[in-house]
Amino acid sequence: MRFGVVVFPGSNCDVDCYHALRDVMGQDAEYIWHKADSLDSFDCIVLPGGFSYGDYLRSGAIARFSPVMERVVEFAQSGKPVIGICNGFHVLTEAGLLPGAMLRNRNMKFICDNVYIKVENSGTPFTSLCRDGQVLKVPIAHWDGNYYVDSDTLREMEENNQVVFRYCSPEGHITDESNPNGSLQNIAGVCNREGNVLGMMPHPERCVEEILGGRDGIVIFQSIINYLKGGKAGGKETL
Amino acid sequence: MYYAKVFVTLKKSIADPQGNAIKGALLSMGYDGVKDVRMGKLIEIKLEDCCSEKAREKVEKMCSTLLANAVIEDYSYEITEVQP
Repeated sequence: MRFGVVVFPGSNCDVDCYHALRDVMGQDAEYIWHKADSLDSFDCIVLPGGFSYGDYLRSGAIARFSPVMERVVEFAQSGKPVIGICNGFHVLTEAGLLPGAMLRNRNMKFICDNVYIKVENSGTPFTSLCRDGQVLKVPIAHWDGNYYVDSDTLREMEENNQVVFRYCSPEGHITDESNPNGSLQNIAGVCNREGNVLGMMPHPERCVEEILGGRDGIVIFQSIINYLKGGKAGGKETL
Repeated sequence: MYYAKVFVTLKKSIADPQGNAIKGALLSMGYDGVKDVRMGKLIEIKLEDCCSEKAREKVEKMCSTLLANAVIEDYSYEITEVQP
C-alpha cells in the first residue's frame, strides 16, 4: 500500500511517520511537499505532527491553506483514509474535515509523556484490528491538545460514534486524573461522520518498536493496511 | 489606504487559562480589584482598497476564513482610512 506523508514547513514528525510506515510496517511511503497538486497515486494520506508554520495564529490555521490541502479535502471526500496526528489533527479541524478545535492545555504546560487511551470505536479503518475498550499506551507531545467542541455537535458525534479514543487510566477507566490536557470528555481522537478521516493527539508512530518504549502504535497502522487490503471496517464496504 | 484593527477573543463560554494566569499575577502584585482577565489577539492590517465598503468586506472575509476559528473564537474589527 502506498502512503503519503505530507510535509508542511515546520512539520517534525514526518520522518517518524515515514520510518514507521516504511521500515517497520514494510509499506511504500513517500513524502508529499505541501505544494503538491496531486495525490492520485496514494491509498492513504498522513498529516504528521510538528509545528506547521510555527503554530503562528493558531496551530494548523495556516497549513490548512497550503495548496496540498485542497487535494487532501478531495481525497477525504472520495472516501479514502486520512489520518492526522497531533498537529495534523489541528490541520484537519481547521480545514473543517473534523469537528471541534483545540485549546491550550488546561495546565498551560507543554506535555510530553506516555498516556493511556481507550478505543471507543473499533469500527474505523484506523482501529479495525482493535477491540472496543482496548487500552493503548501512546505518547503525547503537545501544548494545544485541549479538545473542545460545542455541546450540540458533541451530541451528534456521540450518536454517530465519532469519538474514537479517550484518555483513560492504565486499567481503562475514563477519569479526570487520566485526562492530561483538559480535553472535553477526555477526547483524544475523533473521526468524521463517514469514518474515513481520523485525528488523534497521541503519536502512534512514536511507539512502533520496543526501543521506543512500546509497540502499541502498530495496531493503528496495521488496521489501516488491513482496511486497504479489503478487510472490513465497521461493517462498511471497503474501498 | 485603510488600517484595520482586528480583535480575536475566546468565546465567553470558553475557559481562558492564560487570562487566569495573568489574573493570578495581577492579584499577587496587589491589584485587589481585578475580577476577571481574558486574553485575546490584536491583528493590525494595512490594506490598499478603493473604498471603505470593499475594505470592510475583505476584512470580514479574512476574519471568517483565517484570522478567527468560529468554533472557539469571536472577532470584531475597526477600520479607519489613513494616509499611505
